[in-house]
Amino acid sequence: MDAMKMLAREQMRVDVPQFRAGDMIKVHVRIKEGDKERVQVFQGHVLRRRGAGLAATFTVRKVSYGVGVERIFPLHSPSIDKIELVSEGRVRRSRIYYLRNLRGKAARIKEKRRV
Amino acid sequence: MLNGIIGKKLGMARLFLGGGQSVPVTLIEAGPCTVVQVKKPERDKYSAVQLGFGAKKAKRVNKPMAGHFAKAGGEPKAALKEFRVEDAGEYEVGQTVTAEIFAQGDKINVVGTSKGRGFTGVVKRHNFAGGKNTHGCTTHDLPGSIGASADPSRVVKGKKMPGQYGNSQVTVRNLKVVDVRPEENLIVVAGAVPGANGGIVYLQKA
Repeated sequence: MDAMKMLAREQMRVDVPQFRAGDMIKVHVRIKEGDKERVQVFQGHVLRRRGAGLAATFTVRKVSYGVGVERIFPLHSPSIDKIELVSEGRVRRSRIYYLRNLRGKAARIKEKRRV
Repeated sequence: MLNGIIGKKLGMARLFLGGGQSVPVTLIEAGPCTVVQVKKPERDKYSAVQLGFGAKKAKRVNKPMAGHFAKAGGEPKAALKEFRVEDAGEYEVGQTVTAEIFAQGDKINVVGTSKGRGFTGVVKRHNFAGGKNTHGCTTHDLPGSIGASADPSRVVKGKKMPGQYGNSQVTVRNLKVVDVRPEENLIVVAGAVPGANGGIVYLQKA
């Protein structure tokens, strides 16, 4: 069992900021096109985080030209350049799927008040 | 060259390999194995090396095996396995074999004992469809007809029927070695390996 944890730890990222469901984050994704590589930013609300260790993933939702787009990223994927925390949202649950049924003004998330 | 080793399945995980691709892998504690016996053509009419792996309590070993281990001058081993070699003269009893015999990128065959499922019906054992669950059907999980009537008046040999499922030797061929760490006795293989975690597996070059 130790060997399994050790192997996973080697591949785990250390630069992941603390974020949770409801937060607005920017995910910088490395995209390979032929032999060129560029970075694309996907900004949206974190719907959920799931899993532990190397297998953990998170879902980000944004509304692009009126269409809801959700992407699931492996938290420790090497194709993520970096994750940036834009703002922390105040939500009352860890899975904010209800956001899918809301649009426009109703789909806003209150920002967390820092003491 | 010795082309096989005995190991213990540790469990499965996933790793990111290459360009961010997530690959399911199995971790195997491979070796260190000890040469318990060398089979030589002059004496045994073939060349092979018998490896031992893992420790076993001395009181769990019967007398013939205790003698066998005593001859090898070592502790009783939990698992023994013979691997054929070209020239048995290269090896001597007591020699240690580690995971070093494999390299990253090698294709290997893994032999293990599958998880025992006991006496199992035909749906689970042979992937029969079974009957409908609803619409008035009462034949949910039965094999159905097992053959014709007066001609041939018997059931054909090899007919798939309920019975013991699992706890049998299973070989998975051509698994790719993803990582080898001889100092940690660790081999990482892409894909699944038969048996439960902690089970003994035999690794051999494909």
